[in-house]
Amino acid sequence: MATATRPPLPPLRPPSDAGGRPPRKRRRNESIGTWRWTDRIGYAAMWGAGLLLVAIGIGIVGYMAFRGVQYLRPSLLFSHPQPDLDQSKSGGFLDPLLGTVILTVIGITIATPLAVAAATWIVEYGRPTWLARIVDSGIEIIAGTPDIVIALFGLVLFQQSFFGWMSFRAEDGAVFGRSFLTAGAMMALLALPMVFAATREGLQSIPQHVREASYALGKTRAATIRRVLLPSVRANISTGAALGMGRIAGDTAIVVVLLGATLQLDPQGAVPGLRTLTGTGGTLTSYVYNNSPAGEGNAPQKAYAAAFVLLLIVIALNFAVDFIARRGARTGLETSRLGAR
Amino acid sequence: MLERFRSPWSDRRAEVILGALACTVLAIIVFMIVFVAIRAWPSFHANGLSWFSAKGDVDQQLNKMVNSGANPTQADYQLGAWPLIYATLLTTALATGFGLVFAVLSAIFIVEFAPEWIRRLIVPIVRLLAAVPSVVYGLIGILVLAPFVGNHLVTSHQQESVRFVVQLSGTSLLVAVVILTVMITPIMVAITVDGLYAIPKSWKEGAVALGVNRWRAMWTVTVRAARPAIIAGAVLATARAVGEAIMISMVSGSKGFSPNPLDGITFIYEPLRTLAATIVEDSESINAPAMQASLYAMALLLLAGAFFLSLASWIAKQPLKKYGTRS
Repeated sequence: MATATRPPLPPLRPPSDAGGRPPRKRRRNESIGTWRWTDRIGYAAMWGAGLLLVAIGIGIVGYMAFRGVQYLRPSLLFSHPQPDLDQSKSGGFLDPLLGTVILTVIGITIATPLAVAAATWIVEYGRPTWLARIVDSGIEIIAGTPDIVIALFGLVLFQQSFFGWMSFRAEDGAVFGRSFLTAGAMMALLALPMVFAATREGLQSIPQHVREASYALGKTRAATIRRVLLPSVRANISTGAALGMGRIAGDTAIVVVLLGATLQLDPQGAVPGLRTLTGTGGTLTSYVYNNSPAGEGNAPQKAYAAAFVLLLIVIALNFAVDFIARRGARTGLETSRLGAR
Repeated sequence: MLERFRSPWSDRRAEVILGALACTVLAIIVFMIVFVAIRAWPSFHANGLSWFSAKGDVDQQLNKMVNSGANPTQADYQLGAWPLIYATLLTTALATGFGLVFAVLSAIFIVEFAPEWIRRLIVPIVRLLAAVPSVVYGLIGILVLAPFVGNHLVTSHQQESVRFVVQLSGTSLLVAVVILTVMITPIMVAITVDGLYAIPKSWKEGAVALGVNRWRAMWTVTVRAARPAIIAGAVLATARAVGEAIMISMVSGSKGFSPNPLDGITFIYEPLRTLAATIVEDSESINAPAMQASLYAMALLLLAGAFFLSLASWIAKQPLKKYGTRS
């Protein structure tokens, strides 16, 4: 009677449905009860980790949204911050918001051409090989360098008198080294690896025959790069730029060290427009930092509101990445304007 | 003049210009090392190898530097940075260790076991968590987690036991490690997921065909084959953890104190401060020459760490190239 205690075999299913449809995708039936206990623990831990990750993500966004809605008033976005202990008089964060925008624009404007040029050179020319390899790992090192180290480097670099025009100069000729221009230039180092990686990925994924077709039409290498290759990696460049902008907007250390992290924009110099750029200021990140209990301001409501706006900016940039990537995939290389010019 | 720029570039010219731009990046790195090293030199010169040792209260030494004025004596450069180095190593090791387990399990979940609707939810969440600015993490830590730890987890008995050494206020090693883990896990998850997807499905199917259950096949075949990717992710996450300044300075209590594992469970409630956090907090008084040299010395140490981690990730990636997968 030994055979009677054995569990019945599952019924055999025909290989395909009678109607000719492909068989529905189904998980293989297997009972976890038959697994070894080590496997069961691992399986449970895995589910736990996955669900915990979801919970943390939803928790952080949900909590920030809750606090943001609680404390964010439209007037905060349009009024200048004032140094005042009374929270009803300390104003909003128009200046930090402007500071974030200015800094991001400066940073990405410097980073994108540099990164695209480096990526194009490495993929399309890349000779001598050893130099290309060094540049490649150099950019990887920049990606791994802590932002605070980059900030200190920026401080010593831009305090050289050669860069005096970029920031404020004291009476005795010492260069202050802190301004939107100097901070933006160092922010570019943060964004550079992201734009570089995205562009290189895009260029490498272009099949070789596209280049050969262009050469066959009598175009030079340089013209091929400009007319064929760069237009078709435009989506990649934009993705990298959006990621880099997110990184710049979210960085605090460089702002604290190189921008002064002041409450209001503090223009220096005589030329209108350039005055703001050579002056110090603050961004949303430094505003949050200074208004948290760790800073001097200690106004958690303002900090929550500003952090919520910052989070919205970052999320928007992330959506932009998705959007660009999807559009880039649809109007990818196959349908790009290869023949239009 | 303008005509020359408008006319199409010759190949030669394009190569030279693009190459020159690429090499500026190299020049920047060289400048970075040289400049930081020059400014760091006085501190190392005055302290020698004892810079890396523990020499009493590091906060007092730093305060003395601020007060030393424009012409510090050799004695003002006194610094034993071991508490800061120890704090950096401790937070990084703990966060990377926990994060590694968390990330590998989550990555397996995403790649293999998650139901479709959870997968559609979890992928944007991972990307979002990787993009959240560190100051937002710090804000949540200092306004939510630290008060919770201070009010509910730290007992008055524990407060008493270390009363003469340090105050336990909630901002602690525990909070720093928890938030750091959450910050660096998404990086590891993203790279590990890529690595797991790059392993040929047939390998795992072979194991399943031999009668192993799905979990064991995943764990013993796919995860093991993706080990280089996992290590590469861990190295990248370590780099992020070592350099994290703002968040740590907000939630770690910001005290040059070495948490003592011999204190038992109280250990995790003790405050500390890492190298990067010290640089951020003392950057206001960077005009004092002694302080400046010390801060740049710390930066040089972090830079050296970044170099070694880049090297480590390069070594970790070598087997990946053998399989023909990119990461």
